[in-house]
Amino acid sequence: MIGVGRGPKQLLNVVDRPLGKGKNEVSLSAFAFLFSELVQYSQTRVDNIAELERRLEDAGIGVGLRILELLCHREKANRRETRLLGILSFVHSTVWRCLFGKVADSLEKGTEHEDEYMISERELLVNRFISVPKDMGAFNCGSFVAGIVKGILDGAGFPARVSAHFVSVEGQARPRTTILIKFAEEVLQREARLG
Amino acid sequence: MASIYNLFVINKSGGLIFYKDYGSTGRLDTNDSLRLASLWHSMHAISIQLSPTPGCTGMEVLEADTFDLHCFQSLTGTKLFVASEPGAPGITALLKTIYELYADYVLKNPFYEVEMPIRCELFEYNLLQAIRREKYSVGGR
Repeated sequence: MIGVGRGPKQLLNVVDRPLGKGKNEVSLSAFAFLFSELVQYSQTRVDNIAELERRLEDAGIGVGLRILELLCHREKANRRETRLLGILSFVHSTVWRCLFGKVADSLEKGTEHEDEYMISERELLVNRFISVPKDMGAFNCGSFVAGIVKGILDGAGFPARVSAHFVSVEGQARPRTTILIKFAEEVLQREARLG
Repeated sequence: MASIYNLFVINKSGGLIFYKDYGSTGRLDTNDSLRLASLWHSMHAISIQLSPTPGCTGMEVLEADTFDLHCFQSLTGTKLFVASEPGAPGITALLKTIYELYADYVLKNPFYEVEMPIRCELFEYNLLQAIRREKYSVGGR
């Protein structure tokens, strides 16, 4: 019978048990095939590229919301970021390390607009094996990662529009991927009030 | 330095899905490459039938006066052929590397349809890198 012969420790309720450290390695091939299937599945259900991007983003949002909860518990002892720069560096370092095993290559503030921030990655993990055909234009599968970032920011109370773009770099054969974050007006107003 | 002339990838029904030539020797136009690919596919199939040993999986190397033809057959029936200089060493290892690249950059690409011609930028890019790394001269390019 289930549970017979076990000490009282194992019978603890799931919420009373300590949160595991998590397994921090997943097979890249398995992930790549699963992600490829996700893109193919989404492709059969859309009419245009913009819709495909939105579908991938929606898939990412669910991941983002969960990642935020998990990492707040696991890494930050239930403390939450309330400031703009705090949450951005949380995404740039803690989240990136949990998802991709490394800190993102760069986090920059947009030069033209006050409300824009950019996270750049030389080679985004989800794009490693993907060649986008010429007829799909500027489509970037990084939309999924943009969705994850959006999910985290929305869940933390920083509503934003997030999108993924290819940016070509001089002297390099492959373009890098930039995740562009555009915060909602109320976020900046609140930031200004907090000083 | 040993050099390879061309690379063919043939799907399980004998259609050419990828062709690339390296160097100026043995260049083929589209029609010739298609014809040669189906010819080699059939030749491979016949070699299985003709083999005196039971359980033969088909031709691995064909040695001619002016070139060597090396074949790698995957479990799914996709075949990779490389034509190289006679007596060039290490082609078997190169074919394995190319197969790994095929598995990575072609099969994990959501925009690739199985058994259809390969048009993947990353595959071609990494292929060239691998061939350069294996120190095969890619002359004329």
